[in-house]
Amino acid sequence: MSENLVEARGLTKKFDDFVAVDAIDFDIKKGEAFGFLGPNGAGKTSTMKMITTVSPITDGKMTVFGLDPNTQGRAIRSRLGVVPQEDNLDLELTVAENLFIYGRYHDMKKSEINPRIDDLLDFAQLSERRDSRVEPLSGGMKRRLTIARALINDPDLIILDEPTTGLDPQARHLLWDRLYRLKRDGATLIITTHYMDEAEQLCDRLVVMDEGRIVAEGSPRQLIDEYAPREVIELRFQEGEKDGAALKLEGIANRSEILADRILLYTDDADTTQERLHNRGIHPEQVLVRRSTLEDVFLKLTGRRLID
Amino acid sequence: MSVEAPSRLTPIGRVTPFRAQRIWEKNFIAYRRLWKVVFSGFFEPVFYLFAVGIGVGALVGDVPGPGGALVPYAAFVAPAMMAASAMNGAVIETTFNIFFKLKFQKVYEGVLTTPMQPSDIAIGEIGWALLRGVLYSTAFVVVMFAMGMTRSWLAFLAIPAATLVGFAFGAVGMAATTYMRSWQDFDLVTLVTMPLFLFSGTFYPLDVYPPFIQNVAKISPLYHGTELLRGFTLGIVDWSMLGHTGFLLVMGLVGAAVANRRLDGMLRK
Repeated sequence: MSENLVEARGLTKKFDDFVAVDAIDFDIKKGEAFGFLGPNGAGKTSTMKMITTVSPITDGKMTVFGLDPNTQGRAIRSRLGVVPQEDNLDLELTVAENLFIYGRYHDMKKSEINPRIDDLLDFAQLSERRDSRVEPLSGGMKRRLTIARALINDPDLIILDEPTTGLDPQARHLLWDRLYRLKRDGATLIITTHYMDEAEQLCDRLVVMDEGRIVAEGSPRQLIDEYAPREVIELRFQEGEKDGAALKLEGIANRSEILADRILLYTDDADTTQERLHNRGIHPEQVLVRRSTLEDVFLKLTGRRLID
Repeated sequence: MSVEAPSRLTPIGRVTPFRAQRIWEKNFIAYRRLWKVVFSGFFEPVFYLFAVGIGVGALVGDVPGPGGALVPYAAFVAPAMMAASAMNGAVIETTFNIFFKLKFQKVYEGVLTTPMQPSDIAIGEIGWALLRGVLYSTAFVVVMFAMGMTRSWLAFLAIPAATLVGFAFGAVGMAATTYMRSWQDFDLVTLVTMPLFLFSGTFYPLDVYPPFIQNVAKISPLYHGTELLRGFTLGIVDWSMLGHTGFLLVMGLVGAAVANRRLDGMLRK
């Protein structure tokens, strides 16, 4: 039996005339990693803020743990772990004190918090920085500390708003590894991201958001299978040759996308398509064949790329 | 690794209605390392007291206190230093410090994802400013007492009175902070507190002014604070002190209400 931790119907958020979230429906099941994929401004963060009860719902209905965010905000928040987009660690406190005070905000007893701090610092690989100030920590360390802080109350639902934005690749992989562990241990995660690799790696199920609406829903694999053929050929041309080549693409692949810097050909059979390119006398400067990704799904659905 | 501990640590049942003390707890942890800053808040009025009260006082001699009786200048100016220091302490804490946490560190946005809510923060931070104020005014009264500048045991009532001054200014300071856009706006804070400090009957009795200007000066909240404290330390108590108390109380309550509402609107968008 799957229990829904969050249920939203017609969920809407308006700021004056601007509609940030436009009547979306979604359910988040216990134990799954659920993703909101979309570009900046798609309404992901507004949706997260409504779930965390810090932003009042404009219209529609939502329950979190079966509770009403408008009237039972405190009770909901006591069971959430929230990792915000921007680190907001307390710079006046040390690493361990940042965890400690969040335990206190959650009304935990000191005797409950202290052993937990040890575990969480271990988990976040920050045990050696325990008494360090927060300021000199690297971006990756600050993120891991923020995640550890969100876990202090042993939350039933962990919300991560763009957890790896702005981190270097190494720090991202370390962070993903930590999130995997949480997932493996049965945590329910909500992750927003504009990185398709992040969504593919971490999410069991996701919705693609654009301009406040949900434009597709499914597992990463389902979405790719449904919206994008198996393979993508990326063509790059010398200055001025792209437009000429674009005219000769009719029927060469299932679909083509002409971007500012390159042409994408979507195909189920890259070899045949490459042969056809050759036969038609199209000679790109560079050819890259890759598996299709969620980025391609997004491009197909909206005609725009996720990160401009 | 036992992050996945099965036991629920914060069952819903443990959501208490009042959590402002958590903000005090946080500030207490932070200030344990900042004790030098805490000391500076004590020394500032003491330095003024020595320079103006004793130094200038030697030239001035006695001045008419409340009710017209002559008192030594140091005893006249000391309670005013205490009131001004209560004002400054509360204003700095609730403007500069809060603005920094609000706009730059975004500390409160994180706090509000826990069961804490905006009113906890407003009450907590104003309360913390008061707590510090109590510490300073107690130390100051002890110094005054030791130096023979108090005329009555009522002087110890100056401690709660100074706390009230801190509350009034702290609450209004916090409300003002919610309107601030950039550091430039803080020049306005100095623009307000500086004349209050100079013209609220701090260094000389208000009756050196013509009646019209006296009435203008009486709008100053610091004037009410100074009169209240001076009455207690000199042991000259009359009904007007109820009026001073009422003025400061209303100012504080209105400030706190505005701060609470504005903070809620800013943090819960």
